[in-house]
Amino acid sequence: MAHFPKPAEGSWTQHYPGLGTGPISYRDSFDPDYWQQEIDSIFTKEWLCVGRVEQLSRVGSYFTKEFAWANRSLVIVKDQGETIRAFHNICRHRGNKLVWHDYPGEETSGYCRQFSCKYHAWRYALDGSLVFVQQEEEFFDLDKENLGLVSVACDVWEGFIFVNLDPQPSQTLTEALGDLATGLAGYPYGEMTQRYSVTSKINSNWKLFIDAFVEFYHAPILHQQQSTSEEGQKLAAFGFEGLHYELFSPHSMVSSWGGMSPPADPRMVKPMENFLRSGLFGPWDKPAVVNNNENLPPLVNPSGHRAWGIDSFLLWPNFMILIWETGWYLTYSYWPDSPSSHTFESSLYFVPPETSSQRVAQEYAFSVFKEFALQDANTLEATQSMIETGVVDTFVLNDQEVLCRHHHAAAREQVAAGRRPDSYPWMPAEVSA
Amino acid sequence: MSAPLALPEEFADLAQFEDWALETWRERYEKRLASTVDEMQALYDAITPRIEEILSYCDRHDLADLPDDVRNLMFLLFSLCEASLPVEVWRQPRVPDSGAADLTMVAEPRL
Repeated sequence: MAHFPKPAEGSWTQHYPGLGTGPISYRDSFDPDYWQQEIDSIFTKEWLCVGRVEQLSRVGSYFTKEFAWANRSLVIVKDQGETIRAFHNICRHRGNKLVWHDYPGEETSGYCRQFSCKYHAWRYALDGSLVFVQQEEEFFDLDKENLGLVSVACDVWEGFIFVNLDPQPSQTLTEALGDLATGLAGYPYGEMTQRYSVTSKINSNWKLFIDAFVEFYHAPILHQQQSTSEEGQKLAAFGFEGLHYELFSPHSMVSSWGGMSPPADPRMVKPMENFLRSGLFGPWDKPAVVNNNENLPPLVNPSGHRAWGIDSFLLWPNFMILIWETGWYLTYSYWPDSPSSHTFESSLYFVPPETSSQRVAQEYAFSVFKEFALQDANTLEATQSMIETGVVDTFVLNDQEVLCRHHHAAAREQVAAGRRPDSYPWMPAEVSA
Repeated sequence: MSAPLALPEEFADLAQFEDWALETWRERYEKRLASTVDEMQALYDAITPRIEEILSYCDRHDLADLPDDVRNLMFLLFSLCEASLPVEVWRQPRVPDSGAADLTMVAEPRL
């Protein structure tokens, strides 16, 4: 029996006719040809989030981003006019990688006045223009005006920096974000600058980790031990039901309960959680900037349920923003290294603490979070290795896994079209005004 | 022999856990993996009964400008965060079933 109301059609899945309810194949999660098609029709065509504006705090701040899956390396920088720009990380002289430190394949960050190539000291201004050529008189008909760094489409939404590898993106960033562009705007992301960022190489297809984070059906089981034993058993018996699911194809969201901060009964949580007033859901005491959640963005907590705990938004194709009732946010990125592996990045963003107690509460929230991440990460390797055997080739998904079904379907539609499709067969037609 | 870990006088006895006064998460995580549950239990048992007292002591100082002895105390609290999960939940140093899974810290707040 459903504890929370579902759409009139009887399920979240059937609310989107055309999405189907049958078993699905996971061949799309290990087939090398399909993976390459995803790179060509999705990852090299879409806007991809590479970081936050706070990482580029002043003119000349930069970081590099290695996209080995596309054989690309980018440098993202704040230029003299305080515009954030992205360039291909290649010197126009003889093709050396321009910005790197010790190991050319590793990402780096820092600050500089100009970019100077390690090889022959060609220098580029922060806006990419070529400003110095060593022994310039030795060259023939050198057209410096046209030898600036090769730029990459770059734009910023709510402080999140996005790039697009397509030399001529078919959509602006705002168009690509669709309903989320305004629906998630206005949260005080820019006030939450206390950042913990981790990365991990995961031996699974990129979609499998997204599957793990767009459903919470697994949470009461895989993570049962992380609750006190009585509470864990209760949660497992109850199972999981989302408060709300919504598709903004190709984007999607799930809203979950979990308003346990602070818990109704201190015995429901681990002793440390009571000591520090913190846990997986973050520090229990909300920062003032979230104004007691009275100004949440329009798409957050759509059910308005009193037990609301967290909303997870998947910003197509590989970026997630999770907004917690306790007043902080979390992001995930998944970079496709190979058909059966990916790089996972996660960042926790808190309001800078004012007291030591607040600082320790945030440290504990990070500590607990990463225990869950480690459990999830290893389970994925176990999944990947077995689906690749092909012993079973179709899998059943329940209604709480509607976003897994949707994410794989949205990828299939885009691979079939070779670009982002104009419409999705399960979405109602746009009503013209 | 080097001087004992600098700690506020009230908490000088915690200097026996000086190996846990570590500045980065990676160091604390590795210390956890290299320790036994009994060792972590000892840290837990020494700090948790006094944790309110410790936190309110730390809170009397400006977080942006902590004296070295208070900073060390904070590092012990951070290590307690890391060690509490093996003590309270797992009863082993590693997260069960986490196999070879590992995380690299790319950015973390520093004291």
